[in-house]
Amino acid sequence: MNLEELYQEVILDHSKRPRNFGPLPDATVTVRGDNPSCGDEIELSLKLNGDQIEDVKFTGQGCAICMASASLLTLKVKKKDKAQAETLLTGFKDMLTAPEAPESNEALGDLQIFSAVRRFPQRVKCATLSWRALEQALEAHAGSVTTEEPAS
Amino acid sequence: MAAGERSWEEIRKDFPVLDQEVNGRKLIYFDNAATSQKPLSVIEAMTCYYEHDNANVHRGLHELSNRATAGYEGARARLAAYIGAQEEEIIFTRGTTESINLVARAWGEEYLKAGDVVLLTEMEHHSNIVPWQMLAQRRGVKLRFIPITPEGTLDLTNLDQLLEGVKLFSFVHISNSLGTINPAAELVRRAKAAGATVLVDAAQSAGHLPLDVKELGCDFLALSGHKMCGPTGIGLLYGRREILDAMPPFHGGGEMISTVTFEGSQYKPSPYRFEAGTPAIAEAIGLAAAAEYIDGIGRARIWEHDQLLAREGLAVLSQIPGIRILGPLDHRAGLVAFTLQSAHAHDVVSMADQEGLALRGGHHCTQPLLRKLGVPASSRASFAFYNTIEEIHRMGEILKKVQAFFA
Repeated sequence: MNLEELYQEVILDHSKRPRNFGPLPDATVTVRGDNPSCGDEIELSLKLNGDQIEDVKFTGQGCAICMASASLLTLKVKKKDKAQAETLLTGFKDMLTAPEAPESNEALGDLQIFSAVRRFPQRVKCATLSWRALEQALEAHAGSVTTEEPAS
Repeated sequence: MAAGERSWEEIRKDFPVLDQEVNGRKLIYFDNAATSQKPLSVIEAMTCYYEHDNANVHRGLHELSNRATAGYEGARARLAAYIGAQEEEIIFTRGTTESINLVARAWGEEYLKAGDVVLLTEMEHHSNIVPWQMLAQRRGVKLRFIPITPEGTLDLTNLDQLLEGVKLFSFVHISNSLGTINPAAELVRRAKAAGATVLVDAAQSAGHLPLDVKELGCDFLALSGHKMCGPTGIGLLYGRREILDAMPPFHGGGEMISTVTFEGSQYKPSPYRFEAGTPAIAEAIGLAAAAEYIDGIGRARIWEHDQLLAREGLAVLSQIPGIRILGPLDHRAGLVAFTLQSAHAHDVVSMADQEGLALRGGHHCTQPLLRKLGVPASSRASFAFYNTIEEIHRMGEILKKVQAFFA
């Protein structure tokens, strides 16, 4: 899939009409994700009930890839348990950042359209921002994540 | 074109990198404000040095070292001539960023104390903000900023008040985000009259228009080689001789000392005192070749062509629906940053890249400025003399397509 096809699919379906977009008043954990290099900012909120993700919503603004990725994330992890969400998370990150491109991963479903982003290193951060936020949220750590590596 | 001048078409052929396809389309390189392309003469000067003369400078007693020293010091002389300075006033650095850090460290720590004011502007690149913030943390100096007008020029209404008590004024000559050309000579004159030491960031102007530090009257001037057709990793700091002579060193090490004992060291005079370690010799030689190349065309002629491209770029971009152009609409340099209502800058730049058009997307290292303008990120087209009107028209077609795609 080339970038234009990716955009066709992603944009028509998600970036213009993001799903689960808005505040989540009874959230149990909220993580803010920030990509300082392009100004993308999203806030991902989860309502956790034990290990179950009862509800998930996001707010913010960013490029089409960032918004569509966050929108699809919410659809994928809602009503899943933590272990299932973590499997998706690992699969998504591997698809984009593993040194060797993995074989197609059917479990990722629609998310596989993002595999094209792999060839555009500068855009990988856009696609993974909401997933980094999810990673932190699953550990039930409210706070913020950034695409930039912090100083050690 | 005057008699005997090479045509722009012919000049473009000096840049081998421009003759290629990207993503199946003819490359249009409009990211010149980030880094310019290099002509064959620069590439060959560096290759020639490595093939024939490579050795360390200053210390060697053998033939190759003599040649390397002659090449390196010859480059200093060429760059001094390029900006109207004396050789002793040219310190080679890695670029504008290191030049400004050198002033902040060596000059700032010697002469500034807690409560002293450093005046900057709101349109500075991070490289002319962060070193001063670091100095503020170490020394307790205060930073003050000249505000910008809604049009993207400096608001000089209260300049006299802003200059009160200022020890150092450091400002950008041409804004890399707004394309604004600041009235450098006037700013220097007024700041000097108020008793301030003045640094000019010439990163975006050095390769585009005639520069003369004596005419400007500034105390320091910083520039980067790679933005003026030279290699990366080399730039310079001009410092007025009296200031450099009194200034303590920056880095310590070889090359910058006259004698070293276990108890202490004596430093060489300027500019060597500020060049510790083996310098970027090939890069300095490449930068001198770039200065030679640019002056071969003529900076006045380059600036005239820049202005033509700037006007055409603005005219073409203005026709794109939903566009917001950052910065002034006239009297500006050949770079235009913009936002599209329908698409984020990163989407614009990625889609343009698919058409072979190289733009820049993001904050262009001016985060505080973009925040003030209420723009999270912008796309930027920046031109050089080897770009053509046809390329600008092609950019217009590509961006119209991108706009329609995301609308």
